[in-house]
Amino acid sequence: MVVGKSIPRLDAYDKVTGRTKYTDDLCDKSAYVAKILHSTIAHGKVLSVDVSEAEKIDGVVKIVTCFDVPKNYFPTAGHPWSTDKSHQDVADRLLLTDHVRFYGDDVAAVVAENEVAAARALKAIKVEYEEYPVVLDVQKAMEKGAPLLHERFPDNILGHSSQSVGNFEEAIKEEGLIKFDNWYDTPTVQHCHIENFICYASAENGRITVVSSTQIPHIVRRVVGQALGCDWGKIRVIKPYIGGGFGNKQDVLYEPLCAYLSTVVGGRLVKLDVSREETFVSNRVRHAVRSHIITYARPDGTFVARKLELFSNQGAYASHGHSIAAKGMGCFKQLYPCPNVEATCYTVFTNRPVAGAMRGYGIPQAMFAVESQIDDIAKGLGISPLEIRKKNLMPVGYKDDFSKNVNYYDTFNQCIEKGKAYIDYDRKLEEYKNDTGDVRRGVGMAVFWYNTGVWPISLESSSSRMVLNQDGSISLQLGETEIGQGADTAFAQMAADAIGLTIDKINVVSNQDTDITPFGTGAYASRQTYVGGLSIAQTGKLLKDRILNYAQKLTKVPENNLDIVDNNIINIATGETLLDVATLATTALYSMTDSEHITAESTYQIKSNAYSFGCCFADVQVDIRACKVKINDIINVHDCGTLINPALATAQVHGGMSMGIGYALSEQEIFDESTGRTLNNNLLDYKLSTFMDHPHLEAQFVENPEPTSAYGTKALGEPPACPVAPAIRNAVLNATGVAINKIPLTPHVLFEEFSKAGLI
Amino acid sequence: MYDIKALYEATSVQDAVKLRLEHPDAQILAGGSDVLVQIREGKRAGKELISIYMLDEIRGVSMCDNGDIRIGSLTSFSHITKNEIVKKYINVLGEAVDMVGSPQIRNIGTIGGNTCNGVTSADSASTLFALDALIELTGSNSVRVIPISDFYIKAGVVDIKPDEIQTAIIIKKESYENYFGHYIKYAMRNALDITTTGCSVNVKLSYDKKTFEDVRIAYGVAGPVPMRAKSAEEFIKGKAVNEQNIKEFSKMVLDDVNPRDSWRASKALRLHLCSELAYRALSKCVELAGGEM
Repeated sequence: MVVGKSIPRLDAYDKVTGRTKYTDDLCDKSAYVAKILHSTIAHGKVLSVDVSEAEKIDGVVKIVTCFDVPKNYFPTAGHPWSTDKSHQDVADRLLLTDHVRFYGDDVAAVVAENEVAAARALKAIKVEYEEYPVVLDVQKAMEKGAPLLHERFPDNILGHSSQSVGNFEEAIKEEGLIKFDNWYDTPTVQHCHIENFICYASAENGRITVVSSTQIPHIVRRVVGQALGCDWGKIRVIKPYIGGGFGNKQDVLYEPLCAYLSTVVGGRLVKLDVSREETFVSNRVRHAVRSHIITYARPDGTFVARKLELFSNQGAYASHGHSIAAKGMGCFKQLYPCPNVEATCYTVFTNRPVAGAMRGYGIPQAMFAVESQIDDIAKGLGISPLEIRKKNLMPVGYKDDFSKNVNYYDTFNQCIEKGKAYIDYDRKLEEYKNDTGDVRRGVGMAVFWYNTGVWPISLESSSSRMVLNQDGSISLQLGETEIGQGADTAFAQMAADAIGLTIDKINVVSNQDTDITPFGTGAYASRQTYVGGLSIAQTGKLLKDRILNYAQKLTKVPENNLDIVDNNIINIATGETLLDVATLATTALYSMTDSEHITAESTYQIKSNAYSFGCCFADVQVDIRACKVKINDIINVHDCGTLINPALATAQVHGGMSMGIGYALSEQEIFDESTGRTLNNNLLDYKLSTFMDHPHLEAQFVENPEPTSAYGTKALGEPPACPVAPAIRNAVLNATGVAINKIPLTPHVLFEEFSKAGLI
Repeated sequence: MYDIKALYEATSVQDAVKLRLEHPDAQILAGGSDVLVQIREGKRAGKELISIYMLDEIRGVSMCDNGDIRIGSLTSFSHITKNEIVKKYINVLGEAVDMVGSPQIRNIGTIGGNTCNGVTSADSASTLFALDALIELTGSNSVRVIPISDFYIKAGVVDIKPDEIQTAIIIKKESYENYFGHYIKYAMRNALDITTTGCSVNVKLSYDKKTFEDVRIAYGVAGPVPMRAKSAEEFIKGKAVNEQNIKEFSKMVLDDVNPRDSWRASKALRLHLCSELAYRALSKCVELAGGEM
C-alpha cells in the first residue's frame, strides 16, 4: 500500500533540475507576439482608437481594437457550466471593450513579429475617451447616484442573498445581554503565482488549438467557443505543467483573445505572455470584503443572537460572481451555531480590478472578521479565547441542512489541543502578560471552517481513464489538473492501491488535452483528491476486474479467487503467485489467439461534500515604536482526513501559511483614489512576504478518516490560508491590547493604531 | 527582449569617456540592475548604452598610502561586504550594502551605479554621507574629487559632466579612524525591499568614552536626496554619553529632515521613524564604541 506514504512527488526531479516544460518552453519560437493595450482610465467610453502611427512600426503585423471584435458576451468563471439558464455565470466580458470599467481594462491588441515591436506599437496607439465618474468603495458603489458599471445591475449589486435562523429581533430583548458591534476590512490581494498567465494559439483545418497555463482546460474550451461564437468542439485546449494558479487561473483569462488573434493573422501561431504588472491589474484578485458583525452574548460567553452584513468588492466584472460572498456568509451560522442568526451579503461592482477565485474562496475574509470578533468578545467578557470557542463552536454531530455535511469527529478540540501544546499556549499567556515595555509578546489563535467541494451548488464529477500498457504499467488520465499542488502524485498513489500495483507502474499523463483527456472541470475548491479519489477507486476496480478476467483465462483459476498484489496475480485461497501483471499485459496485447487492449474508463458523480476544519496558533513579538510585528512561532493544525502523502500535505500547509502571513502583515493592492490606478502592481511595491519574513512553519494533522471519501481524505488545498491572519491579529491584540480591525497589519496601520491607543 | 538601440562596450576609462562624447545621449551601464529594469519598464527604452562593466581598473577596494580607503566604482555590493579592508575599518558600509535587494542583485549591482542613480533610497548612499565620502570623477583631461553631498544635486540628478564617469569612492582616514558606525534599513519586509527610511550613524567617543567627540548622522528617504541632520550633530558634539542626550538628539533630527507624504509611507510615519532610528542607531554606535549609557 502506498497511500499514506511520503513518496517524493513524481515531478520533483524534473522540476528542481529545470527540465519540466511549461507553456513558454513549449511555444515554437516562430510565434508572433501579442500585447494588450490597457485603458488608462477607470471608467468611460472609448470614442476612438488611432492606430495609424502604430501600424507603421516595423514588425507590427496586425492591430485590433474594441471596435473590431465580435460582440459575443462571455462568462469567465471556472465553474461547471449550468444547463439551467438561471444558474449560468454572468456573461459580461468581450474580447476587447469600448466601455472601460477599470484602470487596466482591455481596449486593443497588437500582434507583432517580436516583443519590442509590440511594445513600441502599444506606445504609439492613441485612445480618446469620454470619462465617467469612478467608484472604488464597495458601500459607496451601492449608494443612490453612484456611477453605474453595468446597466443590468441596478445600484451595482451583482448579487444579494440572506440567511436566517430563529428570530434575531426577539432574541435580543433578553435582559442582561452584552452587545458587540464591529466592522472588519480585508484588502484586495493577488495570487502571485510564480508563472504569470501565458497562452498561445494557432488554427489549422478550421480548428483552433490553445495551449494555456490554466487550472481548468475543459472550461477554457467551452468559454473560448462561447467568446468566438464557434462550436466548442472546434477548440482544443492543452494544459502543460503550470507554475501555480491559486484560483487566478480558475478563470478564463486571455485564452479567448489569443485564439481570436490567431484567427485574424491566418491561423498563425500567436503567443500572449502577460507581465507581472498586468497580472496584478488585469487578471483577477481576491475580493476585498467589509464585514459588519453584531453579536449579543450572555456574560457567561454563550451567544444568543448574531448578525452579519458582508460587502464584497467585485471590481469591474462578474467573474465568479456572488458565489464567493455567499460562501463567506454560508459558514457564519455553521461555525458558531447560535439559535438566532441573520446574515446578508452583497457582491458589488466597483471600478477596481476584477475579483475572482483565490485560495479560500471567501473564507480567509470571513475568518478574519469572525475570528477577530470572537477574540474581541472574549476580551470584552473577560473569558479566555479558547474557552469562548469551546462554548460556542460547532458541536460533534452537527449537520448542515444544505450541504448535508456532518461534523463526525471532535475535530476542533483535537486540533486546538495540538496547536495549544505546540505553541505552549498557557505558559506563554501567563508569561507575556508581564510585557509592558516597547516590545511586547502575545499569543493568538483562530479556527477555520471549510468544505471540500462544490456539491450541492454545482456539478461535482470526476472521470478517469486507465490503460494497461504492454509492460504491465498503467497510464492514468484525469480531467483534474496538476497545478503545482502535487495532485499527480496523490492520484498515482491512489491508483496504485486501487489496482494492486507498485507506484513505479503508474504513469500519470500530467498534461490535459481536451481532445484526449476525460472530461473534468479542473483544479479548484480543494476537491481534487476527494473527487479524483472516488473516480480512481471506481475505474481502478474496473481495470482490475478486466485484468483478473484475462488472468482467469490464462490461469483457469476463478476470478473470485484472484487478486493483484504488488504487480502479481495471486491466488487468494493459497496465497500462491500465479503470474505477474507484466506477463499478463504482454500476453494480452500480443496473443495470437486472444488479443485484448485492456482499458477502463468511468465517471463518478459525487453527491456529497465534507467539512475540513483546523486552527492556527501564532506567537508574536510587537516592536511598538518600530510599528512591526515579528512572528516568533506559528502552527497550523488540520483535519483533512486520512493523509495520502504526509510530506506533500505538510508542504501544502506551509504554502498556505506563507500566504496567510502575507495576508496578515503586508500584502495589499493600493489604488489611487481619484483615478483608480493600481499603484503597486509589481513585486517590489506589493509586499509579498519573503523567506526572511517567516519563522519555522509548523504543520500538524489530526487524521479522522472522512466517511464519504474513497480514501478517507478531504480538503487541504485552500484551508491552510484561512486561519492565519486572524490568529496573528489576535496575537497582536493579546500583546498590545489593541484590537485592529483591518489587515494587513503594516507599519502604516500599526503606527496609526498605536498612536491612537497612546502607545507611541 | 530589451528595447536597446545600441550597446558600446568600453575597453578603458578613457575609452568610456570618448564613447560618452561620441554618443552624448547614451546611458552608462554598469551592473544593469537599475538600467535594465528601467528599459523593461519602457522608461529608457530605445536608448544607446555604454557598458563600463568590463573595466576591471575601477573594480575593487584598496588602502591608499595615506590611509584613505578607495572603492572602485564597479565594486559589487557583495564584494564590498566581504572585503577585508571594509570589514576592518568601515564595516558599517559592508553591512549597509548587504541589505540591498537580493543576493543576485548584490552580486551584479555596483556602488558606483547605486550612487550615480541619484535616488534617496540607495542603501549605500546614507552610509557614504555619514562617512563624509568623496566621489572621484574621471574626465578626458582631469580628475575631480568632490564631497558626496555636492555630488547629489536633486532627486535622480548627480554631478557628472558629459565627458566624465565616476571612477571611485574615497573614504578619508580621518573620516573613519576611531569612528563606529551603524546603519538601520527600515523597510516593509526583511528582504527584497526598498528602504522606507534609512539611517546611518558614525560616532567617535572621547578617550574615556564619556563624551561624544563627533557624531555624523545621515538619512535616506528623509528628503529628495540623502542628507545629514546637521543641527542634531552640532547639538550632541561634546555632550555626555547618556540616555537623555541620545533622546534629545533623536528629537533634534526632526529639525533637519524633510520626508514627504506618499502612498509608500506617510510623512508622519517617516518622521516618527527618523527620530526612532536616530535613537536606535546612535545607541548601537555607543555600544559598538564601548561606551555606556
